[in-house]
Amino acid sequence: MARTRFALGGCALAAALALTALTGCGAADMTRQASPYADAKGSRTVTLSVQSWVGAQANVAVAQYLLEHELGYRVDTVQIDEVPAWDALSQGRVDAILEDWGHPEQEKRYVDDKGTIEPGGDLGVTGHIGWFVPTYFAEEHPDVTDWKNLDKYADQFRTAESGGKGQLLDGSPSYVTNDKALVNNLGLDYQVVFAGSEAAQITQIRQFAKEKKPFLSYWYKPQWLFEKVPMTEVKLPEYKEGCDADPQKVACAYPHTPLQKFLNARFADGGGDAAAFLKKFRWTTQMQNDVALMIADQKLSPQEAARRWVKANEATWRAWLPS
Amino acid sequence: MTATVTPASASSMKTATDAGPGVLRALARHRGRLIGAGAALALVLGSLLLGTGNWPASLSVDLSGPLERTSDWIIDNRDGHPLFLYFLGHVSNVVVVSVRAVYLLLLALGWAGVAAAAGLLAWRVAGVRLALTSVAAFAVCGLLGMWVPTMQTLALMVVAVAASVLLGGLLGLAGGLSDRMHRILRPVLDTMQVLPAFAYLLPVVLVFGIGVPAAVLATVVYAAPPMARLTALGLRGADAGVVEAATSLGATGRQRLLTARLPLARKELLLGVNQSIMMALGMAVIASVIGAGGLGDRVYQALASVDVGAALAAGVPIVLLAIVLDRVTAAAGERIGAAPARRAGLGWAVALVATAAVAVAGRLSDRLTWPDAWTADIAEPVNGVVDWMTAHLYSGVPVVGGTADWAGHFTTWVLNPLRDGLQWLPWWAVLLAVGALALLIGTWRTAATAVLAMAAIGVLGVWDPALDTLSQVLAAVAVTLLLGFALGVAAARSTRLGRALRPVLDVFQTMPQFVYLIPVVALFGVGRAPAVAAAVVYALPAVVRITTQGVRAVDPAALESSRSLGATGRQQLFQVQLPLARPALLLAVNQGVVLVLAVVVIGGLVGGGALGYDAVFGLAQGDLATGLVAGAAIVCLGLMLDRVTQPTQRRDPAGKGA
Repeated sequence: MARTRFALGGCALAAALALTALTGCGAADMTRQASPYADAKGSRTVTLSVQSWVGAQANVAVAQYLLEHELGYRVDTVQIDEVPAWDALSQGRVDAILEDWGHPEQEKRYVDDKGTIEPGGDLGVTGHIGWFVPTYFAEEHPDVTDWKNLDKYADQFRTAESGGKGQLLDGSPSYVTNDKALVNNLGLDYQVVFAGSEAAQITQIRQFAKEKKPFLSYWYKPQWLFEKVPMTEVKLPEYKEGCDADPQKVACAYPHTPLQKFLNARFADGGGDAAAFLKKFRWTTQMQNDVALMIADQKLSPQEAARRWVKANEATWRAWLPS
Repeated sequence: MTATVTPASASSMKTATDAGPGVLRALARHRGRLIGAGAALALVLGSLLLGTGNWPASLSVDLSGPLERTSDWIIDNRDGHPLFLYFLGHVSNVVVVSVRAVYLLLLALGWAGVAAAAGLLAWRVAGVRLALTSVAAFAVCGLLGMWVPTMQTLALMVVAVAASVLLGGLLGLAGGLSDRMHRILRPVLDTMQVLPAFAYLLPVVLVFGIGVPAAVLATVVYAAPPMARLTALGLRGADAGVVEAATSLGATGRQRLLTARLPLARKELLLGVNQSIMMALGMAVIASVIGAGGLGDRVYQALASVDVGAALAAGVPIVLLAIVLDRVTAAAGERIGAAPARRAGLGWAVALVATAAVAVAGRLSDRLTWPDAWTADIAEPVNGVVDWMTAHLYSGVPVVGGTADWAGHFTTWVLNPLRDGLQWLPWWAVLLAVGALALLIGTWRTAATAVLAMAAIGVLGVWDPALDTLSQVLAAVAVTLLLGFALGVAAARSTRLGRALRPVLDVFQTMPQFVYLIPVVALFGVGRAPAVAAAVVYALPAVVRITTQGVRAVDPAALESSRSLGATGRQQLFQVQLPLARPALLLAVNQGVVLVLAVVVIGGLVGGGALGYDAVFGLAQGDLATGLVAGAAIVCLGLMLDRVTQPTQRRDPAGKGA
């Protein structure tokens, strides 16, 4: 057996040597590793991160269309969850995040401490998370829109999943949520049921709406689904600066967040036209919704939706191009 | 992901009916009663000494502190620590460089070149019919508008499979040549296979970052074990006579290995490659969650806009790649050992030249990428079908009720009582039940593993969610077995049904599970019921296949004699075929359990909650503590269930089944 062990050791050694020889000796930089699919035809490539909601797809689709057709870049998109996206941005695997909903912990680590990520300015869209009931239900029962009356309707929001309590439908695990603490601290007779993904949540909401059933859901603006299923926000105790500092003790509504762009620091400095363009990219909630609705409801491909929007809104995007 | 039924477990099944000698045999006869008595005694003692209730907090360990520190350390040192600069960074670079090389080669060949190469390769290895199938498959990938993503996935697969085969082959070589290595490797390979892919995505991402290197490495972890197992099996099973003869001719160890044992193991090696390919393709979509790109990414992005049609358009090429690669490698395996065709070299030369000619022609005519005009949009009609289904089946169907009502009843009457019952049981009673069950079916060794695995879940501090997950798994397995046995038996008795089922099973087995996320939610609503439905869809094909095979393999003589005694078809089935097919049915149970467990994480994405949700949460939030602990708990559940349902290991002292 000594011989085999020797042979195995030899193999391992040879593999290690081959590895070193292939990559050239010396240090490998983990912060400079592009995708193997990038620059495939000698063109300059920008890699954008797409998050799982359609609004983020809309931003990326339009940015991609303009980068490709007006500035001559090739664009790669990668779908990643929010927190890993920050990590990828810091490593240079992606060049930009176009819509961030606020990650103070990551911001401190990567922007302030490490300096590997730079803020890229406002997206122009303001985001807001809240609890929503369908408007058809709110019209019949106007007092449901105050959290104090929610317990009265717990019965009607009950499902097989929520046990004896009312169901508060939550979404993807990657989203910012205090709902469990909120239900607890406000003493509500509700059970948070996590749909586990935005796709599942949307599908469920549409099924409810088709039958005009009552439901209570965590949801957020801007979102194209409002155009299809009108929803009314339930008033939670008012948001005050810092009231959500301790995740266990939260008992107030979610803030209004101006959504931010972030760029990889090296790309921000050396990214030329692409970086300049992405810094200037700034549009309105309505514009984002138009594109999002084309993608999600009319089932156009993001590219096609972006093409139609770009065609109709030249005045807006001309201003984003580097002069 | 494809169900793996290695020949190892199939062959050792045959020995499972032997019995031990003398006293042991007498004990074995009363085994069930003995275990029952012991369990009852322990139950009384336990209730007196340990009390009731949940896993005690004093017996659990909180790992979140150390895990968080580990993850912080990695993030802070990834750009500067020598471990990354001089080792992991190079690994990552090699992966990127190789994938890029293959990708550029595929692009340079152009679509015509790739299709020609695939067709000619299939022709040389497997004949004309498969050649046509391969070309057609690639054409469909292009038609669906998925040419570039298909090439990206293919490039990733080539590198991942090559690495898996290399690594698995080396491990298998070690295991095949050394008994000690074999003993050490077995539990490692077991763990690698029950480990849910999601559980190790997070650590891999932390170390390598999002993207191709992490995806390739995660795929290798998943795809290497079958190669290792089959290599070891092939080497161990090599005909002793031939090896002996080689030795007597004065061959050295290495010569024996190269000239006798490896060539004799060719069939197993090829089957290993085949299995590695199938496993790797199964990971293609899951790896897209960490930015692998390609087809998986298209499926995943389509889901974000709730577009089943687009997800299917990207899922179909994955199915086609899987079917083509499976059939071609399987055909290659069957050809081995047959007399080599005359003028084989000439055939290969023709294939090579023809490929080059087509590629050059493509280059010259400047038609490298698939023409946009030649695409067909299947998304719209598919979405139409899905919409119709959800509009008409969801609720209010006369008499039978809608699918949402079924889901509600299933949750209320099956899932809830099962979960509440399991969680109500005192923790030691659960351990006891697991031990007793494992003893009844396996050996004291498997029982010990099962109990320890279950205890580890308690120690990790996720006792309650784990029992929630367990209740879902049990319910899903029950439904799968009910449907699977019925379909399997029917298919075994009717050749026509069997033939009709085959392509359907193929598709279910290879279609990425993400594709049916939306349909199950649209039919069953958000919650645990759609999670169970997704698991059933995924695990059903393997159960049907194994059942069909088992029932068909029943000795015709036994069937004939029962018929001559005047047994009706029903009697034949229940008194002859099913009892004789018992080992196969038990294997089906085992595979059903393992496969259902593989979909637990997918269940987390449709509202299944519990461990699946925690695993997804960990990945989404970069929270190593939640994600890794949930992953580890799923592994423990898997080990426990595997041991409890694994009848094949008893009386297999030679350790032949890897």
